[in-house]
Amino acid sequence: MTQPWAAPSEVAAELEAVGYLPDAKIAQVVYLAAALDKPILAEGPAGVGKTALALALSEATDRRLVRLQCYEGLDEAKALYEWDYHKQLLRLQSDEGAAWDEIEGDIFSEAFLLERPLLDAIRSEEPVILLIDEVDRLEVETEALLLEVLDSYQVTVPELGTMTAVTKPMVVLTSNNTRELSEALKRRCLYLHVPYPSIERERAILAARVPELPEQLADKIARTVSAIRSIPLRKSPSVSETIDWARTILALGIEELDDDSTSSTLNVLLKYQTDIERVAKELSLDIDQHVE
Amino acid sequence: MIRTLSDFVAELREIGVPVSMVEAIDAAEALEHTDLSDPENLRATLGATLVKNARHYRAFDAAFDVFFGLRTNSTTPDADDARFDGQAAGGGGGEDSDMLSEAIAAALLSGDGDALRGLIAAAVDRYAGMQPGRPVGGRYYTYRVLRRLDIDELLAMIRTALGDEAGLSALDDRILEDQADELVQRLRDELEREITGRLVADRGASQVAASRRVPLIEDTDLMHATRDEIEDVERAIAPLARRLATRLSQRRRHGSKGRLDVRRTIRRSLSHGGVLLEPQFKPPRKSKPEIIVMCDVSGSMATFARFTMQLTYAIASELSKVRVFAFIDGLDEVTEYFGSGIDFSDGLIAMSREADLVRRDGHSDYGRSFADMWNTYGDAVTSKSTVIITGDARNNYRETGVEYLDRLAERSRATFWLNPEPRRYWDTGDSVMSRYSVLCDHVEQVRTLRQLEEFVEQAALPRTRRTRLAS
Repeated sequence: MTQPWAAPSEVAAELEAVGYLPDAKIAQVVYLAAALDKPILAEGPAGVGKTALALALSEATDRRLVRLQCYEGLDEAKALYEWDYHKQLLRLQSDEGAAWDEIEGDIFSEAFLLERPLLDAIRSEEPVILLIDEVDRLEVETEALLLEVLDSYQVTVPELGTMTAVTKPMVVLTSNNTRELSEALKRRCLYLHVPYPSIERERAILAARVPELPEQLADKIARTVSAIRSIPLRKSPSVSETIDWARTILALGIEELDDDSTSSTLNVLLKYQTDIERVAKELSLDIDQHVE
Repeated sequence: MIRTLSDFVAELREIGVPVSMVEAIDAAEALEHTDLSDPENLRATLGATLVKNARHYRAFDAAFDVFFGLRTNSTTPDADDARFDGQAAGGGGGEDSDMLSEAIAAALLSGDGDALRGLIAAAVDRYAGMQPGRPVGGRYYTYRVLRRLDIDELLAMIRTALGDEAGLSALDDRILEDQADELVQRLRDELEREITGRLVADRGASQVAASRRVPLIEDTDLMHATRDEIEDVERAIAPLARRLATRLSQRRRHGSKGRLDVRRTIRRSLSHGGVLLEPQFKPPRKSKPEIIVMCDVSGSMATFARFTMQLTYAIASELSKVRVFAFIDGLDEVTEYFGSGIDFSDGLIAMSREADLVRRDGHSDYGRSFADMWNTYGDAVTSKSTVIITGDARNNYRETGVEYLDRLAERSRATFWLNPEPRRYWDTGDSVMSRYSVLCDHVEQVRTLRQLEEFVEQAALPRTRRTRLAS
């Protein structure tokens, strides 16, 4: 892949232009990935913008996004390629009496190949962004499917031979760390740990995503969320929940975030009743009056 | 640079971070695309290429600071200013440090990095009492400087400056505290960096790194963990429990599809003119595992019990059928204290207050506890349940109750035993581990997170046949 950027700062600027605010580390890792032709493995808690990074990259570089959503039970036929049985069968039936050699060569040709995301990304004429989402949901055994694609950007179809990428795609894998990924997979990737954003960055994200929000309120929201994240919870508020919360506050016309307005809107930020109670206890908020 | 890099990689490996050859080469290649004059840029590059596990970042950062975070000349121009400050104060020890503290607080609040560094350099000059050539990690120097600067006073000063006043709401107070802590943390970081820089200038990076190595969380001994370490460990437990839960609920055989789906196969065959070309399978049925945890919570097991309970608590929030039993010399069900709606520490307190765990003298009695389990809760164990027992098997020379454990293990799908004692102490003194271990499918020494992780990885593997007691 040709390096589309001259410096990490350029990566940052382009991503910012499409509404994704990378920190210096993200920018550097993306820059490296492009320079070294290596996939990025983004790992971190849910809702910190791992998938959004791939979407933003696709938008910033104006490349098509090919997405492979992983789930337990995903197999070759759904990730790489599949032969189109029906079409092959029709071909056979329509051609009865023809020489076998001819037909055999024919039905295992590209016309009968169903492309799945990985093959699609490899064979694309234009460079693409390949997003392999939630790779930790795959079984360890299935992970091996990805290895060939990740290290040499090629797919081997036994009947057709090896297909190598015309243009190397930029690959982003995401993981919520529900299990340890295999060494083999990690070794092939640049590792990008995406933690919850710092207060400054979250404030900047709020400013970009909810521009109508007054600066002072954004600051208070970012600080409050950061304080809440320091409390051990079942599900800490993610960035998208922070944004939802900011929008809620804005929509309700709350001008200053005090105890009362915080406790009445806490359910936007936290999704478990126990978490809400926990936070209320820690911050001495009175939530009872808001519970019907 | 390559030289330093290879030293750095060696240091990472020494700590226990697995860095492969390929990754080291990647790092070297990536350096060509890195702005070496910017330490944070370099940190991002090396972090992304060498360290592939979020838990290793703390150790990585510490080592990185030693190798690359240094400012080589400790006499920066600012140091002159600082010396001037010192003279102005006139050498009187107490006042002198007060002035320095105030100046530092001001620099922190204004976010003036250069001034802060200068002041810290001055503080180190004056208070650290560093002796060249001593093989130390510098933690004592840091402590000495912080004590002389009176860190509590400094914190109070910062709080006041940030607008601390009575009548602040709890939320505002918390935000303020976080803010103040953040600033003090910056001071600590800068101070450590300064001292590290001087140590490195004195003895070289590899040496210093070796004397201030941070062990990885997964290698922390759970029986003797400090409070901070326990917090880190507890944070790492939730993902582990999730993994254990998935492992246990994974279908038994990998790759196998479910049973043949006759209806779908026939329907599908219609498009091939009725030829049964493509067999269709039902999606594999997932087993819904039932977990039964039995925890020794006696005094000798206190630290470990807290940790196992935390694990259990985390599992309970992943799987619906988890029953928890705690025992000392009596056994009681404590599931209700660890439900998904209950805060962990509250549950622990309630359990110790209300559960009926002590029948006689409060020393572990496994025999009696297994008997209780079989007699009272035997029905809870079915062919779907996985029994996890945690304890050191130190039975105080009492009846072992193997016949009860045997019956429990026989009825269960699998029985695991996690023992926090090192293997070499098993069967010494009053430990009767081997009497129990033959009855279990899998027995594991679990003293560190890493060992627990290994157990989790193996939990769903084909079981070894357990021995049956001759009846």
